[in-house]
Amino acid sequence: MTPLLNVRDLTKAYGGRIGCADVSFSLYPGEVLGIVGESGSGKSTLLNCLAGHLPPDTGEVIFDTRADGPRDVLQMSEPERRMLGRTDWAFVHQNPRDGLRMRVSAGGNVGERLMAVGARHYGEIREQALDWLDRVEIAGERVDDRPAAFSGGMQQRLQIARNLVTGPRLIFMDEPTGGLDVSVQARLLDLLRGLVRQMGLSAIVVTHDLAVVRLLADRLMVMKDGHVIETGLTDQVLDDPQAPYTQLLVSSVLQV
Amino acid sequence: MITVEKLTKTFTLHNQEAAVIPVIEGAGFSVAPGECVALTGESGAGKSTVMRILYGNYLAQGGVVRIGDVDITQAEPREILRLRRETLGYVSQFLRVVPRVPTLDVVSEPLLNVGWSEADAKARASDLLERLRIPERLWSLSPTTFSGGEQQRVNIARGFAHRYPALLLDEPTASLDATNRETVLSLIEEAKAGGTAIVGIFHDLDARSRVADREVDVSAFTPKAA
Repeated sequence: MTPLLNVRDLTKAYGGRIGCADVSFSLYPGEVLGIVGESGSGKSTLLNCLAGHLPPDTGEVIFDTRADGPRDVLQMSEPERRMLGRTDWAFVHQNPRDGLRMRVSAGGNVGERLMAVGARHYGEIREQALDWLDRVEIAGERVDDRPAAFSGGMQQRLQIARNLVTGPRLIFMDEPTGGLDVSVQARLLDLLRGLVRQMGLSAIVVTHDLAVVRLLADRLMVMKDGHVIETGLTDQVLDDPQAPYTQLLVSSVLQV
Repeated sequence: MITVEKLTKTFTLHNQEAAVIPVIEGAGFSVAPGECVALTGESGAGKSTVMRILYGNYLAQGGVVRIGDVDITQAEPREILRLRRETLGYVSQFLRVVPRVPTLDVVSEPLLNVGWSEADAKARASDLLERLRIPERLWSLSPTTFSGGEQQRVNIARGFAHRYPALLLDEPTASLDATNRETVLSLIEEAKAGGTAIVGIFHDLDARSRVADREVDVSAFTPKAA
């Protein structure tokens, strides 16, 4: 099987400071990879380099494109990369305000991504938008409301609907449940798990919440000071951590 | 179906003066299809550790653990994931689920993961829940609020939903009453008859002598000088 994403020796420095260094991994279709580490460990830098939001200094990010097979995303032209960002890729921001257009209706937010890939029939766009609002458990009657009138959990679900409507194959998530109440978190996690299975999605989830990765991620990468210090099956890394830092991280979690 | 050779496991506690604790040394046994092997030995002998290594949950420091044609100690994470989806089941002592997911979905999930249709998976899940006497009015609720015994039975239903060729059972009859215990024992017997290789930990001696074909004493693998 060809990996969906193949990352080789990715390095990004901010002046003399390391953002992330020598990161390599492969992600296969249908896999969910969790990246954990404390603030400043480089996990968001890595995610942004992968998603094309930040130019890395060196390395390769090879994505198995639908049309031309494996290609280095970093060598693509800007329009090509933007097209990828609208079709096969999705990015769920921690703050829904970064991923939504707050002055456009909920239906418009979902429909906009469809129009960006060429949909023009108003009725069909609206129908798909309603279908997706339903799948993320937002009442259809809210379709014309602006996201500003939504709760934080609803905004996050709307952001997910907006991202998934074009049927992407790879979804990047930056602290998708950060800042949400635990009850809302559980519902969102369940929703994401279901969507990942139904759509055969691959996902890269950055979080500092070990409980979230245990439920969502198949595999785990632990980062410290910009380096990947441990990788493996999620439950194995959490239950039998090998690196000193991972042991500290796991044993520091407060029990409820 | 399951072969363990020269298995060695140590824990290194980096944050406690880098203490190295040897737990298992030179463990070896094998389980044929349709056979049930019980791990025995006192508390702390390493029975659960062996089970967790078999499931890929703990890393082994040395040796070979072959499940079907995969060596767990060398396999890539995605190979272990595929193995867990298709070949290797594990009924642990505790249920760990996403909060708010209905019981029926918890039990049918392993079947959906191997490509069953929603309807077939739900039918099989209902069947098992009925056999294990979980009242139907609870099926739409999350098991996180259930009693210990009910959670254990949901866990068993989930573990037996897909007919895995290899199955690990950690105290499957603990905290069950006589009728439910009987159901679980017959589920184990059915799985054996269907060719499943089983490794189990049973503190319930009657249950052990009824379903286990052989016993492997784990204390034989406990490092002596420790």
